[in-house]
Amino acid sequence: MMALVLRRLLQSIVVMLVVALMAFTIFRYVGDPVAMMVGQETSLEERAQLRVTLGLDDPIPVQFGRFVISMAQGNFGISYQIGRPVSELLVERLPATLELSGIAALFALLVGIPMGVYTALYPTRWLSKIFLGISLIGISLPTFLIGILLILLFGVTLGWLPTFGRGEVVAIGGWTTGLMSTSGLKSLIMPAFTLGMFQLTLIMRLVRSEMLEVLRTDYIKFARARGLSNRVVNLGHALKNTLVPVITITGLQLGSIIAFAIITETVFQWPGMGLLFIQAISMVDIPIMAAYLVLIAFFFVIINLIVDLLYHVVDPRLRIDTDQG
Amino acid sequence: MVIESFRRFVGSDIWFSFKQSKVTLCAAAVSAAIILAAVAAPLISLQNPFDPVVLDLMDAFSPPVWLEEGSWVFPLGSDDQGRDLYSAILYGSRVSLLIGFSSVVLAMFVGVTLGLVAGYVGGVVDGVIMRVADVQISFPAILIALLIDGVMRALLPGGRHEEMVFYVLVLSIGLSQWVQFARTVRGSTMVERNKEYVQAARVIGISAPMIMLRHILPNVMGPVLVIGTISLAVAILTEATLSFLGVGVPPTEPSLGTLIRVGQDFLFSGEWWIVIFPGVTLATLILAVNLLGDWMRDAFNPKLR
Amino acid sequence: MSTSYAALLEISDLKVEFPTRRGTLVAVNGVSFNIEPGEVLGLVGESGAGKSMTGNAIIGLLEAPGRIAGGAIRLAGRRIDDLPYEEMRKIRGREIGAIFQDPLTSLNPLYTIERQLVETMTTHLGISKGKARERAIELLHEVGIPSAGERIHHYPHQFSGGMRQRVVIALALCSDPKLIIADEPTTALDVSIQAQIIGLMKKLCRDYQTAILLITHDMGVIAETADRVAVMYAGRVVEIGSVRDVVRRGQHPYTRGLMGSIPKIGDNVEHLSQIDGAMPGLTEVPSGCAFHPRCGVAMSVCRQDTPILQRCDHTEVACWQVVDARTGPKGEA
Repeated sequence: MMALVLRRLLQSIVVMLVVALMAFTIFRYVGDPVAMMVGQETSLEERAQLRVTLGLDDPIPVQFGRFVISMAQGNFGISYQIGRPVSELLVERLPATLELSGIAALFALLVGIPMGVYTALYPTRWLSKIFLGISLIGISLPTFLIGILLILLFGVTLGWLPTFGRGEVVAIGGWTTGLMSTSGLKSLIMPAFTLGMFQLTLIMRLVRSEMLEVLRTDYIKFARARGLSNRVVNLGHALKNTLVPVITITGLQLGSIIAFAIITETVFQWPGMGLLFIQAISMVDIPIMAAYLVLIAFFFVIINLIVDLLYHVVDPRLRIDTDQG
Repeated sequence: MVIESFRRFVGSDIWFSFKQSKVTLCAAAVSAAIILAAVAAPLISLQNPFDPVVLDLMDAFSPPVWLEEGSWVFPLGSDDQGRDLYSAILYGSRVSLLIGFSSVVLAMFVGVTLGLVAGYVGGVVDGVIMRVADVQISFPAILIALLIDGVMRALLPGGRHEEMVFYVLVLSIGLSQWVQFARTVRGSTMVERNKEYVQAARVIGISAPMIMLRHILPNVMGPVLVIGTISLAVAILTEATLSFLGVGVPPTEPSLGTLIRVGQDFLFSGEWWIVIFPGVTLATLILAVNLLGDWMRDAFNPKLR
Repeated sequence: MSTSYAALLEISDLKVEFPTRRGTLVAVNGVSFNIEPGEVLGLVGESGAGKSMTGNAIIGLLEAPGRIAGGAIRLAGRRIDDLPYEEMRKIRGREIGAIFQDPLTSLNPLYTIERQLVETMTTHLGISKGKARERAIELLHEVGIPSAGERIHHYPHQFSGGMRQRVVIALALCSDPKLIIADEPTTALDVSIQAQIIGLMKKLCRDYQTAILLITHDMGVIAETADRVAVMYAGRVVEIGSVRDVVRRGQHPYTRGLMGSIPKIGDNVEHLSQIDGAMPGLTEVPSGCAFHPRCGVAMSVCRQDTPILQRCDHTEVACWQVVDARTGPKGEA
């Protein structure tokens, strides 16, 4: 087991380094860092001086090494447009994104899995057809459109929910949370729903197709042949076998929620990392772009790692056998 | 040969199941309608909404024809510039579809080629291609597209970017979609490679690229078409999202996504039509393509036949 | 022939069909046979003859859209083919058990053997988990699994193929059913293991007085294990009788063709005889006797009327030619 963990960790580090290389390349070679940082009037000497200070003339491996080290320390440089350290900006915005993503993920899981199970077990009932219809709409309606429609309905027309921002947030330690105030909670509803909707449909379809496969297997047939009750067969045997592969894929999906947050944050003007990233792209703010890239990659890698290990824990076939019969 | 294939197709199970499914027929009809409308945009729209000469700010914010103050001049209403929404949607669909199709073609080209090479040649080449694919697939397409878009934006200063935006978008979206093609084609190629007709071709001395192109490719096209349809829906969706986020097609020649972006600002002042009609069109288009893709996948699935 | 007591299982004129896009296909077309308590009846025939469908129909696990379209199935005199799902569920496992072909896929890979055994017994026997566990260990021991007490905690993938099938047999027997439907129980196993499993099944069924419906295409297994055998062709039973009679003195041309194609040790032949042609698919069943296109002694009546199963000397046969030769014009016994 330990060997597995170590191997996966090593792979993760390699991926991170590759991503860091990409970020470094973007950072250093896309556009001229010096030109981006200074105004028109800066003299040539001052620019040259800046180059030396920033170490832009050192050999590339050295620059890359420096880059990696400073990144590992959490130093991503200074934003071209905003003028503040990128790491500060990220830390400020992280809680907003993580909270939103977490609630959205929870929503997607808690609603998506039962829906998927239901449609697999009772495919002919009208509720199943409704669920399937919803799932089709879920993957066809772009996330931002869902957000806009919700804003139109609940924000503009009915006036029940706030249409932008996080509402009132409470600071706890370094974290800011909107969960502790009514306005904060209300502000979370529409964005979380919007963000989670796409994932929900994916999860639902996945659970459904996996379960349909499982229900066709011989061991389910044998379980029924042994006269086990429907509940035991469907919710015991079938469900357990369904959820095992679902875990991997779902885990990876949830990672992408953090990325999809970009869209939702834009629609609802949610002050998270995603919004920051989009603004950085339109203003060509390289440090933020590079930093976001690395951060997202980091999240993905961590999530992949956890999911992988989880899979090994849950599926006994993957554990090392101690003996054979 | 084409007529023969067509005749075979019409008599096949696939056509049969197509005719049976009313939903699919509907979806196909809707898709065809939107595509035709988009292609014929200059002919059937009421004005060219992007010709500034035609616009009059006095016409701005006209509501749809069935509301008070609406008129047939602007059947679906007009936006803040006085543009007729109906025409804007037609032209916008054009842009969306154009970018969507082009991206899929690019993705297909890149993906199928890399898949064929990886599957046929194997070894290190295969390893490298698959590693890259694995890493890319673990990130959502939108992120990849955003990244490429952002980098291109930085590499092409100001004005050049405006001109090239179409190509940049096609590149970004296309490159975010190649992996599924590559993987499938690779798998099929590896299966076909060991078959006798390939061995025979090699013995005769036909070169590898020829073998891949003429012999293996036709046999792996089935799933490629299925993936292509689904990929089209994703491409349209991605383009719309990028445009909505402001990093896609600019408002000078907007796609449906850009129209929605512009329209969102007016939700609160009550001119909902500027957002809703492009939105409905976009959603319908993606839904129709998705349904087609779903049906194709079921029809081509050997297990379900 | 009549019986003065109800047989354990009575199949009367069973029809199984499934509607498809191209029309309704009949997989089992008027099959009748009985199984006595403790008897092993073999059901033999080529793939597609309808054997598995018959087995599935008996235990009530026909997959949709397949359904029983006619006839009756009686268990100890009681009709079971028209029971509601819950009633049938109580019979499954408790009175009728089943064993399927592939032991690897028959067991849930995520559950321990213990869990699968215990839950079956607590469902049917109403005993406590503790008692069930004890019984489970006993059973595993009986089916020949060493160190049963430890291995009960293992997962299916930790057993070899032969051991797995033993576990499957234990699972099928754990609620003391009176009849077991074994669908190709040895086909997926190595030849050397096959003999062991067959021996085990025979022994257990003698010990527990369980009847077996042994469905297989392997005549060798039948010859070793069964008391009687029914030969199926294109959805019908064409001959039924004791194993000895059917194998050595089969009367139906198909039966003879089958037995003739099995090489015997000591035979010195150059060609294995075979029956020309192939069994018709469900959409192309010939009129009259389904075998007539391949039959060497077909008469004109064979093309028109379907023969019925009737006793002719030592076996029951469905063949005009046999009836004609033995008893004169059709109809007299």
